Amino acid sequence: MVEEQFVLGNEACALGAIAAGCRFFAGYPITPSTEIAEKMSYLLPKYGGTFIQMEDEIASIGTIIGASWSGLKTMTATSGPGISLMQENIGYGFITETPMVIVNVQRGSPSTAQPTMSAQADMMQVRWGSHGDYEPIALAPSSVQEFFDFTIEAFNLAEKYRLPVTILADEVVGHMREKLIIPDKVNIVTRTRPELTDDYLPFDAPENGTTPMPAFGEGYNIHVTGLTHDKRGYPDTNNPETHHNLIKRLCDKVLANRADICSIKKEFCDDADIIIVSCGSPYRSVGAAIKMAREEGIKVGSLKINTPWPFPEEEIKSIANDVDNIIVPEMNLGQMVHEVERVVAGKANVHLIGKIGGVLHKPEEILEKIKEIHEGEC
Amino acid sequence: MVEEKVSPYRKYLREERLPHLFCPGCGNGTVMNAFFKGLEQSDIDFEDIVMVSGIGCSSRVPGYVKCDSLHTTHGRALTFATGLKLGNPDLDVVVFTGDGDSASIGGNHLINAARRNVDLTVICINNNIYGMTGGQISPTSPRGSFGTTAPYGSRENPFRIAEIVGAAGASYVARWTTAHPMQLAKAIQKGLNSTGFSFIEAVSQCPTYYGRKNKLKTTIDLYNHIKEHTITKRKAEKMDVTELQDKIIVGDFENPRRGALCKALKELTEEVSGGPLATKSAYEELD
Repeated sequence: MVEEQFVLGNEACALGAIAAGCRFFAGYPITPSTEIAEKMSYLLPKYGGTFIQMEDEIASIGTIIGASWSGLKTMTATSGPGISLMQENIGYGFITETPMVIVNVQRGSPSTAQPTMSAQADMMQVRWGSHGDYEPIALAPSSVQEFFDFTIEAFNLAEKYRLPVTILADEVVGHMREKLIIPDKVNIVTRTRPELTDDYLPFDAPENGTTPMPAFGEGYNIHVTGLTHDKRGYPDTNNPETHHNLIKRLCDKVLANRADICSIKKEFCDDADIIIVSCGSPYRSVGAAIKMAREEGIKVGSLKINTPWPFPEEEIKSIANDVDNIIVPEMNLGQMVHEVERVVAGKANVHLIGKIGGVLHKPEEILEKIKEIHEGEC
Repeated sequence: MVEEKVSPYRKYLREERLPHLFCPGCGNGTVMNAFFKGLEQSDIDFEDIVMVSGIGCSSRVPGYVKCDSLHTTHGRALTFATGLKLGNPDLDVVVFTGDGDSASIGGNHLINAARRNVDLTVICINNNIYGMTGGQISPTSPRGSFGTTAPYGSRENPFRIAEIVGAAGASYVARWTTAHPMQLAKAIQKGLNSTGFSFIEAVSQCPTYYGRKNKLKTTIDLYNHIKEHTITKRKAEKMDVTELQDKIIVGDFENPRRGALCKALKELTEEVSGGPLATKSAYEELD
């Protein structure tokens, strides 16, 4: 039966995790994400799962990686300072191909900054935060419903591509209450066991792909290491070819599957002269700004990025052929705008509305930029 | 012709990974032998063992053992091990770590794992130095000892790891040395058999770095040094603190039985859900 609830965004995330099959959560209290841990501590024992509050965020992510190899779907939730602490083990997750979900409810940054205020402070930290080359997957919800839906999608992508998937939420989405519709049935991806043969190679994956993940304790006798490893999983750190092939495959399994992973939503773009590219909470002000602009005769459209990583390059490239001006509202001083500029490559003017301080853009602030561009063009 | 002597424990090793990377005279082999001996004498089956380690020479041990092994990040082995054990309490999780890995970068995880009394068996090979990175002092390096980052001798006080872990609440704690392989094996056996957090500190030698830097040039010199400085816990109890400063106190540091974590969490789940723990559920379709 479809169920309707009026819930906090962070609670919707926890409900989504349970629906996706998450049965293990380790976390450390941090504003504005703590309600996710609280809700998981309440829900997990009801579903036979395990909740543990760890001594810090480094421990939290280590623990969910261990639990993932025990054969469970696992999650942690934190905010910017916690994400900073987790970075080394996030890299471990990539190189060992460990599925897990990391929720980042972003807040004013850097450092301790604004625990109770919103920001999109970590858009780039999630992309580049851990040392080395890797291609992350991240989803950015803009509503309570999306926080639920995207959490399920995050688990599915983590399982399908065997990597850590981040939910780039923020304080606005985490701390607001909205209607949540919990569907009757959700599509979830389950793990499959690899076939155990005499010459079983646990990391022998096809080009651009990954391979089924075994659980510990079932006789596969696998060695999992953060060192550069061969197809058997054994360290082979001084061999340039082994390293190149491993890291290239780990990146390509995401990049070559952009079409499957990337998700965007386009509205009012068909006749638009200006397109607003947004991601996460700022999208909430875009609709009203477009309505006001169109009332004044300015044709504005919207492209909402659901998956900031991998960046939806083709989709952004294509709008640069259609319009001369792109507006990027962000709750930072300019992070995703660099990606938009890189992909647009001079084919359109890119205008940042960078806002920090913790408060969402007002529609009027976006409208002001629209008018400024429109008047300049006339 | 002399028959080649093969270790009875060789069957537990990943043959294809040999030779190992440990230096001649390293204590890791002695500790591995003691581990296999203790394991065979314990109630645990080798087939149920999974191993976890951090970073350092000691942490390379699991990579040579024919079981599922998780070689993790520096200092964090206990966090990964906690997840594995709580995720599937049927696994017998053994952690190999060292003095730098467990007591320096991983110190907070060590005391918290002991406090939780999470059901793990931890073998800490304490060689008083960072071997993998080339001989820097560690939190257990004796005051006055030399390392590549203490060219004038260390001016810091060392940790006594076993005592810290005991004070933090582990069920079973012991310290022995590579010069006491039988006692070490016995302690590992006890550790494997006991519920809750078991911590066995194995004081060991690093001839390549600790020995060379501290005028203990041969492995024999190091063994003798360890032996000469060893004192049993019973004797130590009658001695003054100042007399004990450079002593290696060996024996069991057993704690009165405290509740272990796995049992407590199992009871919680059964109480709240009325059903069993959802182990390996990632492989199952949801109802």
